[in-house]
Amino acid sequence: MLTLIIKRAAMAIPSLIGVVIVTFLLTRALPGDPAVYFAGPAATPQAIEEVRVKLGLDKPLIAQFGHYVVDLAHGNLGTSLTTGQPVVTELRTRLPASAELTLLGLLVSIVIAVPLGILAATRPNSLVDHACRVVATLGVSLPVFFTGLILVYVFYYQLGWAPAPLGRLDVFFTAPPQVTGFYLIDSLIARDPDTFMAALKQLILPALTLGIFSLAPIARMTRASMLAVLSSDFVRTARASGLSAYTVIITYAFRNAMLPVITTLGMVFSFLLGANVLVEKVFAWPGIGSYAVEALLASDFAPVQGFVLTMAVMYVALNLVIDLLYGLIDPRVRLEA
Amino acid sequence: MTDIAVTPRSDGRIAALLRHSRYIVGENPVTGFAFALFVLIVLAAMFGPHIVPYDPLASDTAQALKPPNAHHWFGTDQLGRDVFSRVIVATRLDFFIAVASVVLVFLMGGLAGVAAGFFGGWTDRIVGRVADTIMAFPLFVLAMGIVAALGNTVQNIIIATAIVNFPLYARIARAEANIRREAGFVEAARLSGNADWRILVFQILPNVFPILVVQMSLTMGYAILNAAGLSFIGLGVRPPTPEWGIMVAEGATFMVSGEWWNAFFPGAALMVAVFCFNLLGDGLRDMVDPRRRT
Repeated sequence: MLTLIIKRAAMAIPSLIGVVIVTFLLTRALPGDPAVYFAGPAATPQAIEEVRVKLGLDKPLIAQFGHYVVDLAHGNLGTSLTTGQPVVTELRTRLPASAELTLLGLLVSIVIAVPLGILAATRPNSLVDHACRVVATLGVSLPVFFTGLILVYVFYYQLGWAPAPLGRLDVFFTAPPQVTGFYLIDSLIARDPDTFMAALKQLILPALTLGIFSLAPIARMTRASMLAVLSSDFVRTARASGLSAYTVIITYAFRNAMLPVITTLGMVFSFLLGANVLVEKVFAWPGIGSYAVEALLASDFAPVQGFVLTMAVMYVALNLVIDLLYGLIDPRVRLEA
Repeated sequence: MTDIAVTPRSDGRIAALLRHSRYIVGENPVTGFAFALFVLIVLAAMFGPHIVPYDPLASDTAQALKPPNAHHWFGTDQLGRDVFSRVIVATRLDFFIAVASVVLVFLMGGLAGVAAGFFGGWTDRIVGRVADTIMAFPLFVLAMGIVAALGNTVQNIIIATAIVNFPLYARIARAEANIRREAGFVEAARLSGNADWRILVFQILPNVFPILVVQMSLTMGYAILNAAGLSFIGLGVRPPTPEWGIMVAEGATFMVSGEWWNAFFPGAALMVAVFCFNLLGDGLRDMVDPRRRT
């Protein structure tokens, strides 16, 4: 297992190098002079020259790249022009908000999509099967920001069940003492059920929005791979041996059908991390996505660059985790390694 | 299904294709419906500005934020502009962005992929590496970064949407070109003294073309979502230009106070367009490659 982990981790290195090169090139692709850009709109020629020397923009491209990599190694992503804060600090304080939302969104979609896919596969052409197909087609057609707004209108304005879509916690509550940065977990650690409920209420709608968005590929893949597995010989044998339907479907079939579903998770994460930005904007969620959007509109490039890099590194890491999960579930992958 | 493949060619390819299309539409009414919808979208994109009842930019503050009624079918926005007219007029811009980005990625990804699959070696390695690097990013996030770097314009939204779709096209084109590399007709062309580029352009490309066209219609939906998402967060299209993404963004603030029509109709238009492209893509795939039917 250890060799597998090392091998897979080594495979992620070229991706990481590519990511660093692309984020570097993105800064150099800026139209006009990057020094002017980084110095801000109100800078004097002297200040621009200072920035140029400070950023090493007067040196050749390769040297600039070396400079950039050294900065990254020291955890320096530059400074935001609008807030004057180091980008790393802001990303670090905002990351838990985004992570909590994304993970809960994924959880929601798995909890809905996997049983739906299994039911659809065990009863082909039934009502559940058709429902699964409709959900899968609609899910990919719904713009995620539109779903979010509809949910806000129905559950906040019409029914009044959800709180106003304004951030992680109602103004009457204070954030629980930070341990993990996830309000749900932190409030449980602090034994504060009121704050937990308040945080949960704020989270439900955005998480549901993300869930609906990422439901389609998971449901579709679960259905397809369950159908394939259910028609295989070992399932027939299990059935013939008189095992209960539950044992056959869950213990025998589902465990095998899970593999393609886990592979799909890689794609789902790509969608989720992107959709996260839009959902954060709709629900005024103080995560890294809304931070990047604010910076983008203010032409403040360092935060955007840091954000793109963070997202890409997280995505590479998630794919690594998915690969390892794969090995954990399928012993054959372990044998190959 | 086998009887389609052996349709006699005597009355010409176009007639056969038409008959085949009619068969597909008859077989699958959903594709017919999607096609009708597509025609409607194209008509709205072409003639939208000439048929709408109001000027999409003209404000009438006396009529601001009116719910849908007989005069304003989709209601009016905060400046009293007619939402129906704006939604229809916006079709042209959204459709144009989607088509332009898909054509661009078709040219970039298709050609790079075909070259990679045909030549192999270094070409293949470089194209593969570029595609892998793009795939290492969450796609929407990369698109944001590209628009931020290149500049906040509609043109750059098109470029960014094309770039994030590049790996998909390059991979499909590469695989399709690769399996035809050693095919009999390629060998025959080579033996008759054709240069590599000639084989690529006249033998390989026409064979890969239909598969890529299907891919184009399948990615249209994603392209339009991606572009609308970018303009929703304020990139590319600027107000007061009517565009679905930015209209939803402008209407979003009124959603919490109950004026739902501002964001609902452009969002619904977007949804219908994406839905139509996805269905049409599935239908086209059936037409070109019946084996992949699900």
